[in-house]
Amino acid sequence: MINIPSTLKISFRALRVNKMRSALTMLGIIIGVSAVIAMLAVGKGASQKIADQIASIGSNLLIILPGSTSAGGVRMGAGTQPTLTMGDTEAILREAPAVADVAPDHGGVAQVVYGNQNWATGIRGTTPNFLNVREWQLASGRVFTEQEVKSGAKVCLLGQTVVDNLFGDIDPIGQIVRIKKVPFTVIGVLAPKGQSLTGADQDDIILVPITVAQRQLFGTPFPGMVRIIHVKAKSSEDLPDAERQITQLLRQRHRIGPKQENDFTVRNLTQVMQAREESQRVTSLLLGAIASVSLIVGGIGIMNIMLVSVTERTREIGIRMAVGARTWDIRLQFIIEALTLSLIGGMIGIIIGVGGSKMFSVFAEWPTIISPFYVVLAFCFSGLVGIFFGFYPAYKASLLDPIDALRYE
Amino acid sequence: MPLIDVQQITKVYQLGDVSVKALCAISLKIENGEFIAIMGPSGSGKSTFMNIIGCLDKPTSGRYLFDGSDVGSLGRDELAAIRNKKIGFVFQGFNLLPRTSALENVELPMLYNGVTARERMQRAMSSLKSVGLEGRERHFSNQLSGGQQQRVAVARALVNNAPVILADEPTGNLDTKTSAEIMELFTKLNAEANITIILITHEADIAGYSRRIIKFRDGCIINDERGKNI
Repeated sequence: MINIPSTLKISFRALRVNKMRSALTMLGIIIGVSAVIAMLAVGKGASQKIADQIASIGSNLLIILPGSTSAGGVRMGAGTQPTLTMGDTEAILREAPAVADVAPDHGGVAQVVYGNQNWATGIRGTTPNFLNVREWQLASGRVFTEQEVKSGAKVCLLGQTVVDNLFGDIDPIGQIVRIKKVPFTVIGVLAPKGQSLTGADQDDIILVPITVAQRQLFGTPFPGMVRIIHVKAKSSEDLPDAERQITQLLRQRHRIGPKQENDFTVRNLTQVMQAREESQRVTSLLLGAIASVSLIVGGIGIMNIMLVSVTERTREIGIRMAVGARTWDIRLQFIIEALTLSLIGGMIGIIIGVGGSKMFSVFAEWPTIISPFYVVLAFCFSGLVGIFFGFYPAYKASLLDPIDALRYE
Repeated sequence: MPLIDVQQITKVYQLGDVSVKALCAISLKIENGEFIAIMGPSGSGKSTFMNIIGCLDKPTSGRYLFDGSDVGSLGRDELAAIRNKKIGFVFQGFNLLPRTSALENVELPMLYNGVTARERMQRAMSSLKSVGLEGRERHFSNQLSGGQQQRVAVARALVNNAPVILADEPTGNLDTKTSAEIMELFTKLNAEANITIILITHEADIAGYSRRIIKFRDGCIINDERGKNI
């Protein structure tokens, strides 16, 4: 039979009497809670940023690059040796069971002209599968067909950046642009994708049928050569299988002996990015954990002040005991006092933490995501800290001898 | 049945290796409605005795029956409940809560026995009225004179309708005139409300208000005299 409202009232009064002390004690909790919330918000924002980038390059994506050439011992780097072909592309789709879709990619940078505007951009010759592999949507128009690829139709899809630079407000569909002086009809506009992981503008792109890129725009050392093959695995679990199957298949197709090195490279972008996301998540949890240490330090501050308070108010405790306060009446009074300190501190901490994260994302242009779960968690944790560190002083107070306490000066 | 029935109680304090005997086998009966003064020099054991009958302390040996129940077998919280409902304390140093209004000081004992806020307020008001402090309810204890503070303490002792008030030198910090007023208040409570008053005092004229004077020396009762007021 504990009287909670009056115990609360007593606690509030005790805290009001020593305003400065209460405020400083709360500061520990305020800093702790706001640090936990801000750290987790910044960390989660970073994870989200990476997750968005993963989504933007397309999920379960493998990229196959040709191997490096070496001229007199000078190795020229990945992609310099033309080894991949349209045949490889088709074989992968046909023979690797873990692969969902494949798109070849052959192109380069070229000047594009529309009317009196011109713009240099990346031209990619590919097949309609490219949009599926890279999970790219159309903003308007249509994709070129297999037929148009086969026949080498001079049609193109424009990225948003190209549209902005060449057309401004004009609807580009049906217009003619010149790429390397070859006229192309614009049949579609790609949906904006934003920046890639490296900060490159993914929308600064033109897609054309691969046959046109090979024969008319960029040429090939031999017919059917492609620069890159984009592969979409059936699922993220299938990625390692797909990688193994492709490697096996291409070694076979390129007639590479058991002791020879691959003349191509398979890159698992999704895995790389997921690893980055994972490490980002671990980092943010680590930051949160470090921040919660300050919450515990704040709790020790509360305990310290509560111990001082119990000593100062020994006489008051004696009076309360003399008029009939039981063990738990006294204990609860001090626990509630500690809890009040920590919860008010927690609330102010939430306000500062949330506000601080928002300011951070505005000024540092860094996305922050405040998860309500973490806010509630931080608040509950501050309450737990209050109860935990308030208990010992309260326990000490409740064990005082009433006679000694009454005589205490 | 006596209100207070003390049988052969002793109290021994252990101070390091030395044990000090504060009370030597005291037996005493106090009936309901008595007005008793306990006198004796410092260190005579009267305060120890008062703490024991006030359920603030337990005897080393012997039996203490308060209102028929054996206090020796009770735990800390049960003793607190007896102090809350059956005993009102008045101290020499008033022992009011600082920075707290007279009203809230008087409400204090009722915080610990589940009285509703509304009833607490009403009872505290009427208790303050009965000690003549009407209109001072909102004053803080440090805004009141010594006599007024002691009245607040008496009001606090009365508020749970305790049958007995234990007063440890209630006039020790008060001047003669105020002392007389407090003693008249006790006399009135004893006569009108049949509240048992037990007080410790050094002064013969204060003891003179009582109807029974018990004298202590060296932990023993040396004199138990029914006074002229009977």
